[in-house]
Amino acid sequence: MSGVSFRLNGRNVISASPAVTRLSNVLRDEFRATGTKSGCDAGDCGACTVQIDGELACACLVPVAEAEGRSVVTVEGLASNTSTGQALQDSFLAQGAAQCGICTPGMLVAAAYLLDHETAPSRARIADALSGVLCRCTGYSKIVDAIVGVASAPCNVATPKAGKAVGARIARLDGHPKVSGREAYGADAIPPDALFVRAIRSPYHRAGFSFGDLDAFMAANPSIIRVLTAADIPGRNIFGVIPPFADQPVFATGETRFRGEAVAAIVGERSVIPDFDEGSFPIVWTERPAVLTPEQAEDPSAALIHENRPGNILVRGRVIRGDTDTAIAAAAAMVEGEFSTGFVEHAYIEPEAGWARRVKDRIEVTVSTQSPYLDRDDVAAILGIEPDAVRIIPSGCGGGFGSKLDLSVQPFVALAAWLLGRPAAMVYTRPESIASTTKRHPARMRSRMAADADGRLLAMEFDGTFNTGAYASWGPTVANRVPVHASGPYVVPNYRAESRAVLTNCVPAGAFRGFGVPQTVIAQEQMLDMLALKLGLDPLDFRIANALTDTTPTVTGQVMGDGVGIRTCFEALVSHWQRARREAVAFNQGQGRKRRGAGVAGMFYGCGNTSLPNPSTIRIGLKPDGRIALHQGAVDIGQGSNTVIAQIAADALGLPLACFDLVAPDTDLTPDCGKTSASRQTFVTGKAAELAGRALRRAMLRLGNAGDDAKLDIADGRLIVIEDAVVRALILERQTRDAHGYVLCAEESFDPPTAPLDADGQGIPYAVYGYGAHLAEVEVDLDLGTVKVLKITAAHDVGRAINPVLVEGQIEGGVAQGIGMALMEEFTPGRGENLHDYLIPTIGDVPPIESILIECASAVGPFGAKGIGEQALIPTAPAILNAIHHATGARITRTPATPDRVRAAITAMERP
Amino acid sequence: MSFAQPRSLEEAVSLLSGGAATLLAGGTDLYPAHVGKPLPRHVVSLGRVTELRGISRQGAGFRLGGATTWSEIAAASLPPAFDALRQAAREVGSIQIQNRGTIAGNLCNASPAADGVPPLLALDAAVELASANGTRQLPLSEFITGYRRTARQPDEILSAVIVPPSAGRSAFVKLGARRYLVISIVMAAACVEMAPDGSIGSVRVAIGAASPVAQRLPQLERELAGLAAGIRPSSRVATRHVESLRPIDDVRAEAWYRRDAAIHVLGAALDRAAGFESS
Repeated sequence: MSGVSFRLNGRNVISASPAVTRLSNVLRDEFRATGTKSGCDAGDCGACTVQIDGELACACLVPVAEAEGRSVVTVEGLASNTSTGQALQDSFLAQGAAQCGICTPGMLVAAAYLLDHETAPSRARIADALSGVLCRCTGYSKIVDAIVGVASAPCNVATPKAGKAVGARIARLDGHPKVSGREAYGADAIPPDALFVRAIRSPYHRAGFSFGDLDAFMAANPSIIRVLTAADIPGRNIFGVIPPFADQPVFATGETRFRGEAVAAIVGERSVIPDFDEGSFPIVWTERPAVLTPEQAEDPSAALIHENRPGNILVRGRVIRGDTDTAIAAAAAMVEGEFSTGFVEHAYIEPEAGWARRVKDRIEVTVSTQSPYLDRDDVAAILGIEPDAVRIIPSGCGGGFGSKLDLSVQPFVALAAWLLGRPAAMVYTRPESIASTTKRHPARMRSRMAADADGRLLAMEFDGTFNTGAYASWGPTVANRVPVHASGPYVVPNYRAESRAVLTNCVPAGAFRGFGVPQTVIAQEQMLDMLALKLGLDPLDFRIANALTDTTPTVTGQVMGDGVGIRTCFEALVSHWQRARREAVAFNQGQGRKRRGAGVAGMFYGCGNTSLPNPSTIRIGLKPDGRIALHQGAVDIGQGSNTVIAQIAADALGLPLACFDLVAPDTDLTPDCGKTSASRQTFVTGKAAELAGRALRRAMLRLGNAGDDAKLDIADGRLIVIEDAVVRALILERQTRDAHGYVLCAEESFDPPTAPLDADGQGIPYAVYGYGAHLAEVEVDLDLGTVKVLKITAAHDVGRAINPVLVEGQIEGGVAQGIGMALMEEFTPGRGENLHDYLIPTIGDVPPIESILIECASAVGPFGAKGIGEQALIPTAPAILNAIHHATGARITRTPATPDRVRAAITAMERP
Repeated sequence: MSFAQPRSLEEAVSLLSGGAATLLAGGTDLYPAHVGKPLPRHVVSLGRVTELRGISRQGAGFRLGGATTWSEIAAASLPPAFDALRQAAREVGSIQIQNRGTIAGNLCNASPAADGVPPLLALDAAVELASANGTRQLPLSEFITGYRRTARQPDEILSAVIVPPSAGRSAFVKLGARRYLVISIVMAAACVEMAPDGSIGSVRVAIGAASPVAQRLPQLERELAGLAAGIRPSSRVATRHVESLRPIDDVRAEAWYRRDAAIHVLGAALDRAAGFESS
């Protein structure tokens, strides 16, 4: 016990933790100041940034003993202990600078330090000052705007009037806790008496194992109260996000199939588990030969990773239309190419975390998740209980991007709490998160593309092999989406696209913002440039000429009929494109070693599941006190569904947004809104909210004996119905109530209308697509191969921008992830399981981003809206790669385009 | 478990004489090395040894206390020969890291990518090691003996970095795969003393992250001495100067690229130190 005394946000505290304990842990665990976040425990992410005697420090690198006699200021004390803390918090909220919010405390603390020393810093100074804090959601733009905004003027956000919520630039409704530090993420509200769980994981890509004397281990470690293995699982030791493909065990039996797979877990007191010495666990590993690439896995001599998957093929997908061979033979120009991409890590700043407690014969799991109902069903199967005996309560989610669709801590904490009758918690370390959770699929893609002499696309062929890792996860979804999207948003009369997901001994590849499409466009959009150049056509003109329209069929034979905005997106870039190309050419007249270039890329992306049902259900209730309860089950992982769904519901109902109370996602309280993925929440859940809002409106009008054109209002607990100058007021307290306690209630579902794909992939995979095009301007150092992105101009057809601030936030964040994928991000299993070897863009790597919002409404969506979450990322990387080619003449076929690869491509060109 | 916070160097070295304790300075290497693992059981923290901090004159040169932080170095008023060190100080991790990380910690951790090493090699720096038996000095080039290996004995503390008088001007160039918070792919520091006629008098140049230990390039230094005014030193850096380097392939870059890039990074550092604008 250290007895270290220091001031925490102006209050004297004395710590009882050991002197060497990380200050971040003391703040969080001992003083419950959980606004300070732990993202890496290594000083790499800056989420735990605090001020110590007015200087910035990562609290994870400071022994609590060093705080003795000092003053520590955290986000919770920023308003009263810094001169601009409160103004910064207000500005972050107003400007949309907090998305998931997990980096927000660190950003605020660093920004407050800056503004205490400089009153009107430049954007460059702001970047320097915030450079130690990583953000994975925002692309940093709105964070810088928020700080500039404090220095220039305070901002007020008006609350929209009835009927004016859709389209309003309102601050996110769930934003206050994110800027104050009070938002409770997966690791923030763990009960003090909770046990902790820690998994024992395979150090090898493939290994046999045998446990030693577990009883002796328990006897020697009295603070460890249970060792869990496969034998302890009451239900089935299998889970998976796509039930027919479920193949992943909670605890491996026999052998492990990837490095990082769990074989056992220890459960004990919080004081011992997080720092437990794994080397002391009694287990003997036997490393076995592993296959890490599809080439190795498809070799006939390779061992089968799963006995029921011959050839180690998990699944194949294909879309075929017309006759590509004949079309290519007759074409005026043809290009072919081969491209490949690596594993990409989601690198949300919040590692997986959650806790469970047993309530009689039910289990409650509070967890950072994107998919509460999928979690519920898998946890039920693992525990051998009914799904309604499981309650999933999503905590704040500090970033998901697809990986938090799959189970992580859920089965471990649920099993421990279920068997031991005490709350049980688990918080992944950063290395554990990187080693064991899903990644973006590495792809190897071969393609041919042909056009006639007039520049009309005639044919495309695409063959993609995706490394899906050791378990199915979302591999089937990737394999199905890819052939539908590998055409890009173009009219392609002859088309053959085939994909396959190959099992290997790598970490499972799953969902990551775009389900395989961001990889596909790296091939397809570079091929388009190659073909345009071969034909002597301007790459943007070539795209415009071949873009899909409302009346032309996609490669699955679908004619959308309305809302196809890709041509409008490309046309919105024309003037930017011409300026950028001209400026680059002028710059390159110079003799220096730098070259500039401009590149463009387009995309389309289907919203929702591919030809499979994915309904959302929204319940809206009129409460006796006159408030409106919105049961909104779409998990807000930062993208803004808590706000967007409410905006839609408000205008459908015809009442001001201020009347609404949000009932947050909870499988006991909110109907199933499906998973936060596939760019489906604004579209699918939004439509359900529109339908429910209109239904409740009809019910309220009926209650007031009024027709459809009457106006509604609520004041002083009365429902006021105004029709033809007749005003009726109903005292709501006096009305009868339904089983939910509501005076009136509407519950509506929406499932996008799709149709199955036939054996050639023809059909209606999606009810609506989102469209977009990016223009990248880059500068390449020819000697070093380094690439600096100078500007991204992003035009996106979102149908209707329900909240333009949030749409811009999605675009800016997607662009930042696209830059990472293009230039720096690659994970190699077993290497660099941390955030200093695995690099994501810092504030200095994301250039100015100009968003252009296009609204080609689609009748099927709510107020015409489409998705934007994944669309935003997809075109960035190929636009950058095309810009690198424009700058240097070098074509990058392997991402990321790290300096060594760019330099190699330039050198190869110099040597004829 | 023990956590000692000595107030003097004498007390600190006496606590180390058993040899079983782990030294903690800024913590920026120690904590990252123990993510999800037990922290060391016996720690001697140098945070309160004030005599280990700060920069002072020592004869005609300078003495940098071992626990001097990167932020203190960046903010210090020092002669132009220290420009490379001060520039490196702003490139070590983030501001948060620079506020905590110390110069002695950087040297004792002995990473091939330690940003502090090339600038100090270019300053001909030496290190002072203190133990209960007294102090000894070693040239920095002899102190770091290999990949994460040094000549420090378990009972010794790197108490100071000693920099001899240096009249030149220096520059530091770092190459990484992103703008901030990045481990170097390669980095170089050059210190150039100009002759009165504007030609180059003498040069000291060092390259890091291109071999297990950062190193001076004596052949290049000899060739550049006497280079006439107006000629960019970068024009004289060639493959032969980096052939002795033994870079590795890792997640940051392939070995061939490190050697290739070293030529350009060395050239850029030399040009800046010699007063040329960046090309």
